[in-house]
Amino acid sequence: MSGYLLKLRIWRGDKDGGEIKDYPVEVSEGEVVLDAIHRVQGTQAGDLAVRWNCKAGKCGSCSAEVNGRPRLMCMCRLSDFEEDEVITVTPMRSFPVIRDLVTDVSFNYEKAKELPAFAPPERDADGKRRMAQIDVERGQEFRKCIECFLCQNTCHVVRDHEDNKPAFAGPRFFLRYAELDMHPLDTHDRRELAQGAAGLGMCNITKCCTEVCPEGIKITDNAIIPLKERVVDRKYDPLVWLGNKIGLRNKDYDGRTDS
Amino acid sequence: MASTDTGVTGPTRAAIEARTLRTDRWWVSPLLTFVVFSAFVVYATIRAFMGRDYYASPYLSPFYSPCLGDCVEGASDFGQPFRAFPLSAALLILIFPLGFRMTCYYYRKAYYRAFWLSPPACAVAEPHQAYSGETRLPLILQNVHRYFWYAAVLVGLVLTFDTVLAFRNAEHEWGHMGLGTLLMLVNITFIWLYTLSCHSCRHTVGGRLRHFSKHPVRYRLWTWVSRLNVNHGRYAWYSLFSVALVDLYVWLLATGTITDVRFF
Repeated sequence: MSGYLLKLRIWRGDKDGGEIKDYPVEVSEGEVVLDAIHRVQGTQAGDLAVRWNCKAGKCGSCSAEVNGRPRLMCMCRLSDFEEDEVITVTPMRSFPVIRDLVTDVSFNYEKAKELPAFAPPERDADGKRRMAQIDVERGQEFRKCIECFLCQNTCHVVRDHEDNKPAFAGPRFFLRYAELDMHPLDTHDRRELAQGAAGLGMCNITKCCTEVCPEGIKITDNAIIPLKERVVDRKYDPLVWLGNKIGLRNKDYDGRTDS
Repeated sequence: MASTDTGVTGPTRAAIEARTLRTDRWWVSPLLTFVVFSAFVVYATIRAFMGRDYYASPYLSPFYSPCLGDCVEGASDFGQPFRAFPLSAALLILIFPLGFRMTCYYYRKAYYRAFWLSPPACAVAEPHQAYSGETRLPLILQNVHRYFWYAAVLVGLVLTFDTVLAFRNAEHEWGHMGLGTLLMLVNITFIWLYTLSCHSCRHTVGGRLRHFSKHPVRYRLWTWVSRLNVNHGRYAWYSLFSVALVDLYVWLLATGTITDVRFF
């Protein structure tokens, strides 16, 4: 197995300040950025703070920025770079830094709390709830989310404007709003909340969330834009309004209440 | 240069001065978009205001179709209800395809990035101090996209009719075809692919449902449009070029710069 000396740079510091430091490190063929970080931690900087867990792209812990691009460090192959290329690893730049590569992502958990949970109807007479397979399949893509928060990190609405954080839920949660609004068994109408409290109108669909999603979820095309269209149905479409008045209408929202 | 104190250089964030650490050529895509879109806008504006050289029998430029103003003989297949309109006839109808593209979800992404730098590329800090997205006028009007889609379907039908008429010769005898006919066929194909792959189309035919299982026909339509929708951005570019190319061809024919290549 061939190895080489990787020109690795890592941001070191905390909320009071920090800088990017050089950590040249031996790496081997087939390794990923997280392996190099671990080797630095084991051989040169024992106090390097880094969050990680599964090393398989499924836990969403090792989110960081590699050469300025939001990535999971465990899924970022060194073979994607030239051997003489400098690789700079920094923490996610949208969230408050705690130390080194670790950031405080509690913004996301606060946003999760604001999202009303799935609210199924009463069970059928036999004690079961039913939905058809094609309706189940529609939401499967959204269920792949591993909550790495790279989409939240790259979204310029909060990345470049801290003041928007109270009014904007972010792509990960628009994904959840969309999933629930499309869910045949959910009893909430989430369109008003998505547009109002969650700040869907702030999104200008520049698709960076989709670009960085390690699970390949088409966040913009399959969740955010459909959700925007659903809000248009409710708030901006006079034809739908007229249809409701004269009884020619989509009855999918019957029996649902605003969440 | 730091973009804003509330952004990536804000007090709680990791202290890094660079607005981005990206080392790839992230600026190529927005620059290319800026140049091509600007060139199209300049070309289309000039052609729309010219008010001449838009018809070379049997070909009508898509910028002037349907020609509802005081148009040259042979160009008005749907009458001239706005004959008294003093300016170019293109100005009467271009608002519809223009509005469709301006409010299109793909074009919005492209021009927000390329023209407004909001953001110029992913994880590259934008230069603006404040941002309100599409929550206020005028950008809240982007929500009318589906109405422009309805109009775009009508425009597509008209352009399809024009393409059928292009299977004639200059004397309007049927059963002929020239290079212009071929260009119009390519154009109308891309126009329909672009129009039918629209996100509002996808929503209208079935995306708005909560129970696919109760609407099998609409579910089937939704799956077809979804397949097209994946390439919506590509069709947006192709149709932009094809519509300009057909217009340019008609312009060159009408001014006598070139003569039509007749196949049969």
